[in-house]
Amino acid sequence: MALDNTGQRVFKVVGTRPPRPDGVDKVTGRALYGADMSAPGMLVAHILRSPHAHAEIVSIDTSAAEALQGVKAVVTAADFTPQEDEYLDDILVNCLARDKVLYDGHAVAAVAATSADVAKAALKLIKVEYRKLPHVTDVDAAMRPDAPIVQSGRSLETVPEGMSENVTSHCEFGHGDLEAGFAKADLIIERSFTTAATHQGYIEPHACLATMGADGKGDLWCCTQGQYNVRSICADLLGIEASQLRVTASEIGGGFGGKTTVFIEPVALALSRKSGRPVKIVMSRSEVFLATGPTVSSSTDVKIGMTKDGRITAGQAHLRYSGGAFPCGTVDMGAQAAFAAYDLEAVQTLGWNALTNRPKEAAYRAPGAPQAIYAVESVVDELCQQLGLDPLEVRLKNAARKGTKSSYGPTFDDIGLMATLEAAKAHPHYSAPLGENQGRGLSAGFWFNFGGNTCVTLNVNTDGTVGITEGNPDIGGSRAAISQMAAEELGIPYDKIRTIVADTSSLGHNDVTDGSRVTFSVGLATIKAARDAISKMCSRAAQIWGIDEEAVVWEDGAACPAGPNAGKFPPMTLAEIAAVSFNTGGPIAGHYEFNADGAGVSFGVHLVDVEVDRETGGTKVLRYTVFQDAGKAVHPSYVEGQMQGGAVQGIGWALNEEYIYGEDGRLQNPGFLDYRIPVASDLPKIDTVILEIPNPGHPYGVRGVGETPIVPPLAALSNAVSRAIGKRLHSLPMSPPRILKALSEA
Amino acid sequence: MVAVVIWGSLRRFTDGQGEVEVEARNFKELMEALSARYPGLKPQIERGVSLALDGRIYREAWFTEIGPDSEVVLMPYMAGG
Repeated sequence: MALDNTGQRVFKVVGTRPPRPDGVDKVTGRALYGADMSAPGMLVAHILRSPHAHAEIVSIDTSAAEALQGVKAVVTAADFTPQEDEYLDDILVNCLARDKVLYDGHAVAAVAATSADVAKAALKLIKVEYRKLPHVTDVDAAMRPDAPIVQSGRSLETVPEGMSENVTSHCEFGHGDLEAGFAKADLIIERSFTTAATHQGYIEPHACLATMGADGKGDLWCCTQGQYNVRSICADLLGIEASQLRVTASEIGGGFGGKTTVFIEPVALALSRKSGRPVKIVMSRSEVFLATGPTVSSSTDVKIGMTKDGRITAGQAHLRYSGGAFPCGTVDMGAQAAFAAYDLEAVQTLGWNALTNRPKEAAYRAPGAPQAIYAVESVVDELCQQLGLDPLEVRLKNAARKGTKSSYGPTFDDIGLMATLEAAKAHPHYSAPLGENQGRGLSAGFWFNFGGNTCVTLNVNTDGTVGITEGNPDIGGSRAAISQMAAEELGIPYDKIRTIVADTSSLGHNDVTDGSRVTFSVGLATIKAARDAISKMCSRAAQIWGIDEEAVVWEDGAACPAGPNAGKFPPMTLAEIAAVSFNTGGPIAGHYEFNADGAGVSFGVHLVDVEVDRETGGTKVLRYTVFQDAGKAVHPSYVEGQMQGGAVQGIGWALNEEYIYGEDGRLQNPGFLDYRIPVASDLPKIDTVILEIPNPGHPYGVRGVGETPIVPPLAALSNAVSRAIGKRLHSLPMSPPRILKALSEA
Repeated sequence: MVAVVIWGSLRRFTDGQGEVEVEARNFKELMEALSARYPGLKPQIERGVSLALDGRIYREAWFTEIGPDSEVVLMPYMAGG
């Protein structure tokens, strides 16, 4: 659906900052999250988890647990049918280990009982005989020929022969003559980088309440980014029809990609089916760290050539990602995104995914891109340092723009990278003075964005208000943005509209809330649904006036006669048409369903100032500014929130967050005391500058904004710290011990 | 005929060619034609691919029309968070 009026439309509601519709519920505690739902006769379930990084399950004896008073059901992998589809079977095996445990914390069995105490006591009665196997948790070690094999037979046809069986996929992107490109360079820098696996760190742990009756009908309440996806997966894993399972998404306390799959929901449903009682599972924080998906860990080599005047002549990256114990395609995204910000004649990225004895990766904002772009942007910064060039000018000189053949293949249409770079250059932050032990870092970032399957119903109520039913959990302000777009289109006030998120039985399929897709896709469907309703309202007005439908137009929230033969009638408002709708043909509703495309890529530029304490190795973030092309910002406060949130998560990733494994392959820090995410006192105010380069694929010019902001912080922080201490760092996180080590080696 | 750019790691299944020509009017026909002419591509196409058409990325829309002069780039199936 193309941009209206080539972006010249004057908006009345879109672009304003109305109160958030979920605000009162959330500050008063009325909002219902995953753990807040209960049911009569409800059981509580707990899960037994592997104490080993890698072991064969020789036997499981649950008889003693089942005999414990108060225990109503026990399930293991034996209660599920293996799936032919490998994607589904991996999800199933991750929910309950089948023949082997593949990582520390891997679920082995689950008990539903009349109380949490009984369930926990029963877990201790389950006898599991393990045969320990050698393990590997490091991606580079996992790719060596002699590495312990995590799973056999999982390599795709794309993997070259002779590699470890742990290597499950290989990809390559790029164009041009690398050799010729590097030959033109005055300086070539080649460096290797690593990034630790980090968790999305959502504040709300996974929780669900499942009910499966004897009639085969099921209901599931859970915190998720996609209730339809949960329904599809659970229906398949439990062998039931999708129509018989209704999934309702709770309010969500953060997801960031980590709630785009299932971990406990099929287990709760199976326990409910077995016990005949509702079953609730609430993960502890340590379970969230141990057994839900962090992002990939990575190891990357980057080589870039540059002329003395700052023109990049060639770029190459080798990316090795591990998505844990199961195959994972995230490296494909990283390899495509690595050089996307640059207009290059010669570029090549190669990627490999390797299995390790770590939890199964789940998506995390712009999956795969932050790690790759961190490495590329670090080398670009070092080239600028060594050649004495301004890093912003160099990026401007090499920036991708309309007509650039991207590093991953397609030619860019209208994109906002140049505009964001120009905005950064003009901002006072870029020229502000720095003090001793302080450094300024800069990085560009990129994400693809996409659309997807979407379905919206818009109901016109007889009192002149409007109800919108959409199917995507609101994790970033989508209910407000959707109401705004409907208000804009219908010409009625924002507060006359209420948008709700439907359960799976109330609306057609909607893809998961991911890929920065919702404001774009659901917004677009809402606009089309509103236009559908407007068409019907014009028809009703024409009927009342006794004129042709074609002689009625919609202006400022009312039907108006138009054209030479329409006659003269006063405008009939939405409320007036709605009030007599029962007399003119019945209820009025608009509907639209489609598979959205044309999301439009997104670029951002981050600037950060840091000060490093040379005594403690601690890094203080002094100033941070985010510049991002948002297309049309529907609700600028939410857009700013996305930009600030991405920056904060990226700061944590860069400075402190990491999964730390011991020699025994067990996770050493499954809790917020030892896995340190930034808190308010760690941070300055994150300034934001929204650029609005309209997306040609949306009638209002909207682009997704949720993922791009986590891409630049890793390199921006690394560049800032490296400049502050005069020593280039190549591993994340740049925790105090790593900085002290670097300083001691300087 | 439509010229399709193939990403690097799939070129071993297209006789080393980075760009191949097939007869196709839309995304569905393109995938069918590629699978038929280069059977080595079939597993990847069955797992999922995206199509960039004149710079715009499509993930599933079978009947997206492809013009004779369109820029057509095959890409992995997009995933996000």
